[in-house]
Amino acid sequence: MKHSNKYDVIVVGGGHAGCEAAYAAGKMGANTLLVTMNMQAIGQMSCNPAMGGVAKGQIVREIDALGGMSGIVTDETMIQFRMLNRSKGPAMWSPRAQSDRMLFAEKWRLVLESNPNVDFYQEMITSLIVEQGRVIGVNTALGIPFYAKAVVLTNGTFLNGLIHIGEQNYGGGRMGERGATGITEQLNALGFESGRMKTGTPPRVDGRSLDYSKFEEQFGDAQPSKFSYTPTRPLAKQRSCWITYTNPEVHDLLREGFDRSPMFNGAIQSTGPRYCPSIEDKINRFADKDRHQIFVEPEGWNTVEMYINGFSTSLPHDVQLKAIQSIPGFANAKIFRPGYAIEYDYFPPTQIKHTLETKLVTGLYFAGQINGTTGYEEAACQGLMAGINAALQVFERPAFILDRSEAYIGVLIDDLITKGTEEPYRMFTSRAEFRLLLRQDNADQRLTPKGVALGLADESRMLRLEEKLNKIAKLNSDLTQLSVEPSEVNDLLDRVSSSPIKQRSKAVALVSRPQLNLRQLNEVATIADVLQADDYSEEEIDQVEIAIKYAGYIEREQQNVDKMVRLQELAIPEQFDYQKVKGLSTESRQKFEKIRPTTLSQASRISGVSPADLNVLLIYLGR
Amino acid sequence: MNTATTICAIATAPGMGAIAVIRLSGTATFDILSKVFKKGKRSVIWDDVPPYSMLYGSLYDGTTLIDDVVVGIFKGGKSYTGEDTAEISCHGSVYIQQRIIDLLLQNGATLAGPGEFSMRAFANGKMDLSQAEAVADLIFSESAAAHNVAIQQMRGGFSKRLQELREKLINFVALIELELDFGEEDVEFANRTELQDLLQAISAEVKKLAASFQLGNAIKNGLPVAIVGPPNAGKSTLLNALLQEDKALVSDIAGTTRDAIEDEITLEGVRFRFIDTAGIRETTDVVENMGIQKTYAKIKEAAIALLLFDASDTENHAAILETFQALQAAATDTTFILVANKIDRATAFDWQPWTALSPHRVTISALAQTGLDELTTALVAGSGLQHWQQADIIVSNSRHKQALLAALAALQATEEGITQGLSGDLLAFHLRDALKSLGEITGHIDVDRDILGTIFGKFCIGK
Repeated sequence: MKHSNKYDVIVVGGGHAGCEAAYAAGKMGANTLLVTMNMQAIGQMSCNPAMGGVAKGQIVREIDALGGMSGIVTDETMIQFRMLNRSKGPAMWSPRAQSDRMLFAEKWRLVLESNPNVDFYQEMITSLIVEQGRVIGVNTALGIPFYAKAVVLTNGTFLNGLIHIGEQNYGGGRMGERGATGITEQLNALGFESGRMKTGTPPRVDGRSLDYSKFEEQFGDAQPSKFSYTPTRPLAKQRSCWITYTNPEVHDLLREGFDRSPMFNGAIQSTGPRYCPSIEDKINRFADKDRHQIFVEPEGWNTVEMYINGFSTSLPHDVQLKAIQSIPGFANAKIFRPGYAIEYDYFPPTQIKHTLETKLVTGLYFAGQINGTTGYEEAACQGLMAGINAALQVFERPAFILDRSEAYIGVLIDDLITKGTEEPYRMFTSRAEFRLLLRQDNADQRLTPKGVALGLADESRMLRLEEKLNKIAKLNSDLTQLSVEPSEVNDLLDRVSSSPIKQRSKAVALVSRPQLNLRQLNEVATIADVLQADDYSEEEIDQVEIAIKYAGYIEREQQNVDKMVRLQELAIPEQFDYQKVKGLSTESRQKFEKIRPTTLSQASRISGVSPADLNVLLIYLGR
Repeated sequence: MNTATTICAIATAPGMGAIAVIRLSGTATFDILSKVFKKGKRSVIWDDVPPYSMLYGSLYDGTTLIDDVVVGIFKGGKSYTGEDTAEISCHGSVYIQQRIIDLLLQNGATLAGPGEFSMRAFANGKMDLSQAEAVADLIFSESAAAHNVAIQQMRGGFSKRLQELREKLINFVALIELELDFGEEDVEFANRTELQDLLQAISAEVKKLAASFQLGNAIKNGLPVAIVGPPNAGKSTLLNALLQEDKALVSDIAGTTRDAIEDEITLEGVRFRFIDTAGIRETTDVVENMGIQKTYAKIKEAAIALLLFDASDTENHAAILETFQALQAAATDTTFILVANKIDRATAFDWQPWTALSPHRVTISALAQTGLDELTTALVAGSGLQHWQQADIIVSNSRHKQALLAALAALQATEEGITQGLSGDLLAFHLRDALKSLGEITGHIDVDRDILGTIFGKFCIGK
């Protein structure tokens, strides 16, 4: 029988990172305890009720492919699905879903409860128990210790959280929930460096008080897709979002409150994200813009509560109300919850390793906002990786690290630990140098075999993947062997303004034309025969088309990967003495010593390190 | 590169001068000096010698006095190489120089490889890669124009121009990435024509820089000049006459003497390299036989061809003219200068039949040395280098050229892609290639700081 206060892994925090971490560790066989200050708030979406989006959607697909649960939870609780960037090339396709906020949290809790290795405890953790540079447990506010071989901290915005609305501020980790104290102070004493970050959220309003005739309706996709590679069901019906715009009158009203804004009166000193500015920041920095887009997003299937995306603010409540009522369609708007800003502690992520374990304390892992990131997806994937690596450490198995060429998750973690971050870090596709390979359509091919090998993803996922790959291979080879006569296709070619063929031509040559796709070519009888030879899914057909159309690019991208891998193989010893490398600039030496890159490839990505310094390092490493 | 050794080399120009400087650099600099240098009769306690001091003393091989010298001391990394360094000023005879080098080698120094002092300076963080390469160019540059290029590159003129280019390219990439990462945002995207225009401006800039390599290379290695003409047109007399012009100028500029190099002549600060004199001699037969195939290759290689003929040999003029026309038709990139020699012996020479061949025409007498100033002017004008202003950037390093050409190819692929309606992720693929190539010269392009920073600075992003 399990000892009541001894575990393999303790996860502190029950947000997106904590849920994935606890799930992964438990699923891999570790006795896991999830400690959270409020069990009602497990799987809470603190900000907007949506998952995915550009680059973030790819991350959710990757989590799912590895065997994490964010994709399944989203699929089962979404109220709208859209594939963003459809017109921009397959590497850019990005799934995004509106979720039912309450269902989402409930589903996560049920997922965790159905995992027999996961225990729960509701209490605030006030300190870690650290012995000889190794974490061995945690202490709760009531003085109850829990022991474990590994601890994952996913504190979100709770560490010394400070909420601002206008000139008022008070301690708290989320509206209506208290903040957590003690851990930052203890970690500082252990030698950790910490900083402050800021984020914000918009007001929620009563949907019954809005005039929808003043809005543009934004529908979900006509044929909605989904996140998970498992057979979850796409939506049969969906809820719409609504679009409206601010105007100069709104801006003037907001400006009137600037002197009482914590953003401008000095109350908030910490850095917020550049890409997710508050409405006051937007009108201040882009004064020439006379309108800003506002999305009205339903919070669920049945609730009347609406999330006012684009209107994040920490202005006083009266200013929020007056300004919001000047937005078209909002004349009678009732605010349910005002918008607010929150400041919280984070630990510059150059203090952790690729495994998300801290460099200073063995067995201690950080995931999510504590590492300076923002976003549910960013948090969830870190939680997953931390949970995996914590379990692997407990079982004395080799660590699990994803490369930049394998997953956005790899890009995210490598960026964090190599460059640190000055503002809340969010994923963008442009951060991934091998973007063409890291697509939402192939996350299963990239990651599911790894997830299965870890014991995280079920065997059934592997069987599905194999079947898919077989079908893709068959369709690909059938098409490669097929040739068509001019008389069969020239009609179609003429219609899509593509030059006609003069002689019998390869079907793949037609597919690779930019103006054509396989669905259009389906009207050619011989091609249709091939497409209908098996019950190919949309996704399988997409994959074959991508493979044909982008063959040249994918090959070149793969060559770029190989180049990086070669640099990756130039390992820098863990205890390498940079002091003895005389030629290094002082700036680079300090950065190398702080970040301790594990390979020359990682060293090359540290910002501010010059090519000359890399050459010097290369010379000293004896190549 | 082995930085554990202490290296030495003659730092001044080869040959005899009033004095010469021998440089010694590395950790054993002062150990080696201790064995060979005495101040009067006493050894020097090097620890007590302050940096940047000059010591007068003598070099001994055992007990044999080699030379009285002045030694400049650089310590604690404050030297050109960033290592302990001594610069020994000795008397300028070639024998003394050689003897001192031998002495240093016997006492533990090794002979420096080409550019090794600069490589050490680079390795010790004393200069960046593009500076180090410019220094290497400086060492090998002999003419005034080449010196200017190298100096300018070292002072960062090239870097500045590249910096501007990098800036423009980053702004362009930001426009493309904006569409990709922020396609859902309420911002205005640049249309394809605007992008096309921007890209063309950037390509033109890169092209100009890459093209200046041709020029920079010419300045560094000498502009290839072919002298073509029938036998007895006076080719070697002309070459000798030009060599005399050069000698006067060389001693003016560098203040050093050197052996005349048979086929390299510096005129008004521009170095000309007369390609393969044997080949020029060969052309004699070729022209005579009207079998001019071999000559074509030579002339195509040359930036300038001097078409030399005997002005007094009027009866062969028609045949010569025909030959020259055939040559010219084959080498369209070469500048042709018609040179009518032996003008002092020609009774009634008329340029009229020749005017269509080339606007550059000079009458000279190589033997009487008349018209040589005009020829010099025509050569310098033909080099195109008189247009070269201090402000122009000339790329003279082949690594830079390769990077620029790679960037150009990537930009052209992007341009084509825009025309073909390639999707943004693929355009970005080509653009990243361009950024990477340019980054090899200017240093990394950081996505977060450079590209995302540009986007967030210019566009209102975020819900």
